[in-house]
Amino acid sequence: MEIFNYSFIILLLPMLMFVTLGLCGHKMSHRTAGMLGTSGLFIITVLAYIVAAQYFTMPRIDGVFATVTPYNFTWLQFTESLIIKLGILLDPISVMMLVVITTVSLMVHIYSLGYMHGETGFQRYYAFLSLFTFSMLGLVVATNIFQMYIFWELVGASSYLLIGFYYTKQSAVAASKKAFIVTRFADLGFLIGILLLSFFTKTFDFETLTNGSVSLIDTAAGKSFLGISAASWAMALIFMGGAGKSAMFPLHIWLPDAMEGPTPVSALIHAATMVVAGVYLVARLFPVYVIQTPDVLMFITVIGAITALYAAIVACVQTDIKRVLAFSTISQIAFMIVALGVCTSMELDHEGHGGLGYMASMFHLFTHAMFKALLFLGAGAIIHAVHSNEMSAMGGLRKYMPITHITFLIACLAIAGIPPFSGFFSKDEILAAAFDKSAFWGIWMSLVAGLTAFYMFRLYFNIFWGKEAHHEHTPHEAPKTMTIPLLFLAVVTCFAGFIPFGNFVTPTGLSYDIHLNWTVAGTSIAIAIIGIALATWLYMKPNDKPTRMADSMRSLHTWAYHRFYFDEIYLFVTHKIIFRYICAPIAWFDRHIIDGTMNLMATATQWASYHIRGLQSGRLQSYAVVFLFGALLVAFIVLCCM
Amino acid sequence: MNFLALFVLIPLLMMAGLFLSKEMKMIRTVAVIGSTLQLILAVAVLILFLQERAAGNTAEMLFTIDNPIVWYAPLDIALAVGVDGVSVAMLLLTAIVVFAGVFASWKINPLPKEFFLWLTLLSIGVYGFFISINLFTMFMFYEIALIPMYLLIGVWGSGNKNYSAMKLTLMLMGGSALLLVSILGLYFYSAPEGGELTMNILEIARNNAIPHEVQTYLFPLAFVGFGVLGAMFPFHTWSPDGHASAPTAVSMLHAGVLMKLGGYGCFRVAMYLMPWATSELSWIFLILTGISVVYGAFSACVQTDLKYINAYSSVSHCGLVLFALLMWKTTAMTGAILQMLSHGLMTALFFALIGMIYGRTHTRDIREMGGLMKIMPFLSVCYVIAGMASLGLPGLSGFIAEMTVFVGSFEWTDPFRRVLTIVACTSIVITAVYILRVVGKLLYGTVQNEHHRELTDASWWERLSAITLIVSVAALGMAPGWIANLISNSMSVISERIMQYI
Repeated sequence: MEIFNYSFIILLLPMLMFVTLGLCGHKMSHRTAGMLGTSGLFIITVLAYIVAAQYFTMPRIDGVFATVTPYNFTWLQFTESLIIKLGILLDPISVMMLVVITTVSLMVHIYSLGYMHGETGFQRYYAFLSLFTFSMLGLVVATNIFQMYIFWELVGASSYLLIGFYYTKQSAVAASKKAFIVTRFADLGFLIGILLLSFFTKTFDFETLTNGSVSLIDTAAGKSFLGISAASWAMALIFMGGAGKSAMFPLHIWLPDAMEGPTPVSALIHAATMVVAGVYLVARLFPVYVIQTPDVLMFITVIGAITALYAAIVACVQTDIKRVLAFSTISQIAFMIVALGVCTSMELDHEGHGGLGYMASMFHLFTHAMFKALLFLGAGAIIHAVHSNEMSAMGGLRKYMPITHITFLIACLAIAGIPPFSGFFSKDEILAAAFDKSAFWGIWMSLVAGLTAFYMFRLYFNIFWGKEAHHEHTPHEAPKTMTIPLLFLAVVTCFAGFIPFGNFVTPTGLSYDIHLNWTVAGTSIAIAIIGIALATWLYMKPNDKPTRMADSMRSLHTWAYHRFYFDEIYLFVTHKIIFRYICAPIAWFDRHIIDGTMNLMATATQWASYHIRGLQSGRLQSYAVVFLFGALLVAFIVLCCM
Repeated sequence: MNFLALFVLIPLLMMAGLFLSKEMKMIRTVAVIGSTLQLILAVAVLILFLQERAAGNTAEMLFTIDNPIVWYAPLDIALAVGVDGVSVAMLLLTAIVVFAGVFASWKINPLPKEFFLWLTLLSIGVYGFFISINLFTMFMFYEIALIPMYLLIGVWGSGNKNYSAMKLTLMLMGGSALLLVSILGLYFYSAPEGGELTMNILEIARNNAIPHEVQTYLFPLAFVGFGVLGAMFPFHTWSPDGHASAPTAVSMLHAGVLMKLGGYGCFRVAMYLMPWATSELSWIFLILTGISVVYGAFSACVQTDLKYINAYSSVSHCGLVLFALLMWKTTAMTGAILQMLSHGLMTALFFALIGMIYGRTHTRDIREMGGLMKIMPFLSVCYVIAGMASLGLPGLSGFIAEMTVFVGSFEWTDPFRRVLTIVACTSIVITAVYILRVVGKLLYGTVQNEHHRELTDASWWERLSAITLIVSVAALGMAPGWIANLISNSMSVISERIMQYI
């Protein structure tokens, strides 16, 4: 559609900024590089808002927002039907993602002007931020699954580069490597999934896949492996890619370590945007999942539910504030995954609520991106002030950092699910969807919601209340470049819940009026308040109750503190088993057996030639002797035969 | 005379110029002018080729000569030339790598004149191989490319160079012995009963008269013969030692171009001329090359010498080339050629960078280095880019090559090939492991050796060499469409030939 012709600038501009900053950045001053990056992103943000405004004010066709593809050109043709195209696809969820990404990215750009002030590699930092923004935007507007895979890899790489930003720090290097390899492993599943899916359906195109014109079930009919149909394999493997990026159990291990990156990066990549790519992927292929492979959706629910509970438990005992937030992110993304998983149909109207989870998931993605970015940026301001990530170095900070305190509190109330903050509305829809599926999932997720309220307020009280730590110099409020993004996101967090989200994003595209189910909402508020009350009782005033609590559940506490030893298991498998029992023996085999055989052949040849060289001695006498004996031998044989 | 002969003539003139030059400056001038001319020529051939194709010339090989220059009539040995899309791409690759190689050996010492002479002779062999369509001439150029290698490693190499040079030469010569047998066999069965025997590849293919039982034993000979150069398991062990000892430009040319001769020969001689045997016997080699892919990658994970890591990674990547060729669907074969191009460029880049780093630190052991990013940012950034290309980051060449191979191989429905394809896919993870391991150890972290702090970053010729290759890697990775079309048009002919036998 022609009105969206300018949309390519949204992708082109960050790419150009990356190239400019990457090639010429070292010649610019910090200020120029920062302003260039930030102003570029400001333009992109404005454009994204214009796209959103135009898109959502377009007249609906049969009550549905049309899917618009302003650009789609052939990039690489594999076969006649399998073509990688690069293009831009605008539909309600991709437009929503454009808004989320550009908003958070802009806030992070502004915030970083203050946070990264004076760091070496400042220009490089902005170059990588631009690269990330480009890749992430490319991912959400992908018109086909292969384009998504391309940008999927690119966001992975930019995440790698940003986690390892402080490359002289050993832990940062290790964390970046771990993040890349774990997600790469998941991407292997994604790739095989894409290969399977495209093999059966003969297309990469999202529209063809989701509008019902090709049916995976029909094309893959009759094929199965290990008792699971080929269609389910394909979709489950694709979900594996999503699970890796979204840090779902058991592929979650990279995300807590990824906190080694600069804090604004954690806010942008590892809280608000890249980690929800998995959710977005499932949402993108939602019609395929819900109509053709409901068994995979069941699997997704289980994975999501386990992750949500696991991450929430672990978050309750961590002492590094960024790790608490990291596990909270994992848990919240799991909420979105569960919401998608519990869907039973595309319907969302007065008769059926089967698709409620889809809407709830996208809504939570939106609100979560805002308040989680706020939490991380707040954490960044705190770390900036006290120069430590550990809770023990904090306490009583409310007096010194009033703005950070208030905005952090707002975000905590939002994530805990207290009305009227945004998190309440979206989480409530997720719980309603879970209860719709079955009471079991509803209760499970409500329990996790209670834990969320508890660990967030444990964090809050430990930072801003509790015992005041000894500070070498008095902590002070962050500069304006850092507080303005905090205030902006706090305002969004206060009001985002009132957005009539159902009017914009629903599985079928038909408008839906969100109405609160007060039984569910009441329960969830009650649970949240219990969680907060418990945290208040334990952590608001300095006391020894937390220690006693921990002592009474010593083993659980230790296990949770060590994240149930999953890192150790992975380390054991990769280092001990793969390196020691696969790689090293193969290298040995190559050196000693394969190469040994070659050397043996050479040695044998040498040995043989050494021993027969006597035949060519050059002495006439020995030639004469050999000649004589040879002649005699021939004569003897001839005589015998006669 | 055909203008393709310029590919041999220019290097010959270059050699004459080198022979006459006395001082370093002159040698460099000749080398730079020569390699630039080659690059221009390769681009010109590409443009002419595309124009001819656009004009509707659908002949299998273009720019052939009607009356080949006969050298020895009884055996039909003649200088017959011609190119299709694949050869054009290969010629371009060679020209780029030679160009970058000249700048990478700017300060070669000792005997710069002799070094460039042998290097040029090597490039004659490579160019000649890609333009010939006469089996014997092809073989001759193949040998011309191999022999200088012995001297280049033996004289200018490092480490255990005598052993490596001898091993490399002997193993590759062993391969060419098999090759010679199969070429003669192909010649004697090239025409139907009573017809005129020929060495011309196009004519042999047109006759398609080689009896099936002959193909059964000639195919393995030819495939293994070329496969040795393509580093096929278990004939790959010359590669780690050879690369480790070779001087920078030789490693670049060897891994970047010479190993491609193996893959090119495999499909041009073995598969194209013996389609029946290909369809019958490819499963054996599929297993071997499938092993190469993961085996090489796993081996690379535990090496500590930079060149060994890259040599094993080459085993893995070149294994994927042969693997994809043996899948003989047009898409997979196109992927194989893309992988050749991609591997050629990025390995040349890798070896160039390793040479530059080694020239400064005098060690290639990753345990003795660290934090180079702070000391030599330009080289380090290039190394990261090369690594990203190797592990298949979209936008660089590795990604499109691997994806084309995987999508192409996935067109098969039988469980055997499906399983092998999935096994080959796992290499993308293992590659990430060994690449990031090196990058993390070598470039990031803290400086291991305090003396390294005084080292300088790249000089202009080193920068030029690296940038040439990076630009090519990025160009191939970002706009792969046209070159993929170019290749797949030529590949579909070969694919269809084999397809008729299943």
